[in-house]
Amino acid sequence: MSAEAIRVPARGRPVRRLFVHQLRAEQLVFWRSREAAFFIFLFPVLLLVLLLSLYHGGKYQGEPVRWEVLAGLVGYGCANTTFAGLAIQLVLRRESGILKRLRSTPLPPATYIVALLTSTLFVFGLQAVVLFLLGHALYGTPLPSAVGSLVVTLLIGAAAFAALGTAVAMAIRSAEGSSAVVNFVVLPMAFLSGGFGPNNGYPAVLRAIGDVLPLTYFLKLVNAVYLHGHGFWTQPEALAVLGAWGVAGLVLAIRNFSWEPRGR
Amino acid sequence: MPAIEVSGLRKAYGNLEAVRGVDFMIEEGEVFGLLGPNGAGKTTTVEILEGYRRRDAGDVRVLGHDPQRPGPDFRQRIGVVLQQSDLWPNLTVRETHAIFAGYYEAPRNVDAVIALVGLAEKQDARVKTLSGGQKRRLDLGIALIGDPDLVFLDEPTTGFDPQARRAAWEMIRSLRSLGKTVLLTTHYLDEAEQLADRVAVLREGQIVRIGTPAELTTTDLQTEIRYRENGEEVLVRTDEPTRVLAELTSAAVARGEEIEGLQVRRPSLEEVYLALTAEESAE
Ligand SMILES: Nc1ncnc2c1ncn2[C@@H]1O[C@H](COP(=O)(O)OP(=O)(O)OP(=O)(O)O)[C@@H](O)[C@H]1O
Ligand SMILES: [Mg+2]
Repeated sequence: MSAEAIRVPARGRPVRRLFVHQLRAEQLVFWRSREAAFFIFLFPVLLLVLLLSLYHGGKYQGEPVRWEVLAGLVGYGCANTTFAGLAIQLVLRRESGILKRLRSTPLPPATYIVALLTSTLFVFGLQAVVLFLLGHALYGTPLPSAVGSLVVTLLIGAAAFAALGTAVAMAIRSAEGSSAVVNFVVLPMAFLSGGFGPNNGYPAVLRAIGDVLPLTYFLKLVNAVYLHGHGFWTQPEALAVLGAWGVAGLVLAIRNFSWEPRGR
Repeated sequence: MPAIEVSGLRKAYGNLEAVRGVDFMIEEGEVFGLLGPNGAGKTTTVEILEGYRRRDAGDVRVLGHDPQRPGPDFRQRIGVVLQQSDLWPNLTVRETHAIFAGYYEAPRNVDAVIALVGLAEKQDARVKTLSGGQKRRLDLGIALIGDPDLVFLDEPTTGFDPQARRAAWEMIRSLRSLGKTVLLTTHYLDEAEQLADRVAVLREGQIVRIGTPAELTTTDLQTEIRYRENGEEVLVRTDEPTRVLAELTSAAVARGEEIEGLQVRRPSLEEVYLALTAEESAE
């Protein structure tokens, strides 16, 4: 995105105008940061290339195991972008005083948050498209058939993880080491939930831990929709657990939200 | 209507009473300086007026609003330089100004503001590459971009070189000539003396003196008269310098002598300030 992308917007209906303006600003901020663009956007794509070339034969739930690996990476990408990435960015902005500075402008807080979430969702959406297309082009994985259900599933997952990411951001006190903390959560979670390949061969203890994690249930949904072409509503248990995690995250996020630096 | 009215303002953090009953009023178009040592309560006071912090007691009106429950136009009309805040490190000076301009209904021209704060040459530089003083100028630029009626400047020139400070002073003067109200905190007495129509000296959460810089320097400390007598330095502090000088000089004239090393000094604002804030350690 070029410098020209940010213009002083034309007058219009204030809230929508401010939302669009802030969404463009967030996109500019995201893509301008090499670390964010690499670790958040590109990393799952690189993992896809790596893992899909490792797994070639074998079946999972009656379908080629590569399909499951792709679905797992979409799940990991979702957690990495909307949970880890969002949490790290929020902590950095809060601790550097950007959030505080924005509070004294006429930008309404809700508009800011909705724009930030939409921007994050947009990044993840793009990432999911790239993952499916690349898997298809390089490794012959099928493109999703139940597209409507898949979109709804990804939206639900992104919303739940974004709520959890915000909650975690508010629990972290300082910018220093925040990315280490968040990755310490997200990488084992992805591993235990089967984000890096099927986890049915793992020891029982690890699978038991995996059984409480939100990513496990998100992947159940993605697998049902992507591997078998089922509707997202066919998985009420997974929806309920994922929803519960999301609501818990939302409650904590709202209760502890802070615009001001905490670490000083 | 005054731009800011504060009465009986109090704020504590736990057991620490940071602001202990502060009253002042700032007229529209006035440049008001808040002086005081570290921890005196300047930032606390200013951030209550900006709407960041909640007060424990007292009445506060800022542009007719209670900053704890501001109306919709409150944030359109204020500009803020925080004591400490960073911006997006990877965006350029120009992009940052443009983003902030987009938040306001009637922003100033981005190029004009960048030129005003002296960042024209740096407009395409990323924020993370700016020097400390240049970052501060960026803070100033985005505080002015919305064309505010009231500007809060919490130590705006900290880290400026002497030239940049002069330029910032010019800019603040130009704000006044446009009829804007400015509330400025500073540790630099020359800055307060140069810019402020009135100054309040804050110590341990209370205002110990308030007035024009001239009033502060005349009312407080006594005038010093120094001279040498028989090779020894004599120092007289007096509230009646005219009478003391007349006696001294007429006696010398009568003796047909010259008074050696005669000096008469009014205390500077700095000395008044140091005397006011030193009482703290005397307590
Ligand atoms: N958020 C906070 N929590 C607890 N104590 C605080 C907080 N903010 C300020 N204080 C304390 O309140 C007192 C006044 O602080 P304040 O920041 O208002 O001082 P100041 O006059 O702006 O000082 P300086 O010149 O160093 O900026 C200090 O003792 C400070 O430690
Ligand atoms: Mg301060």
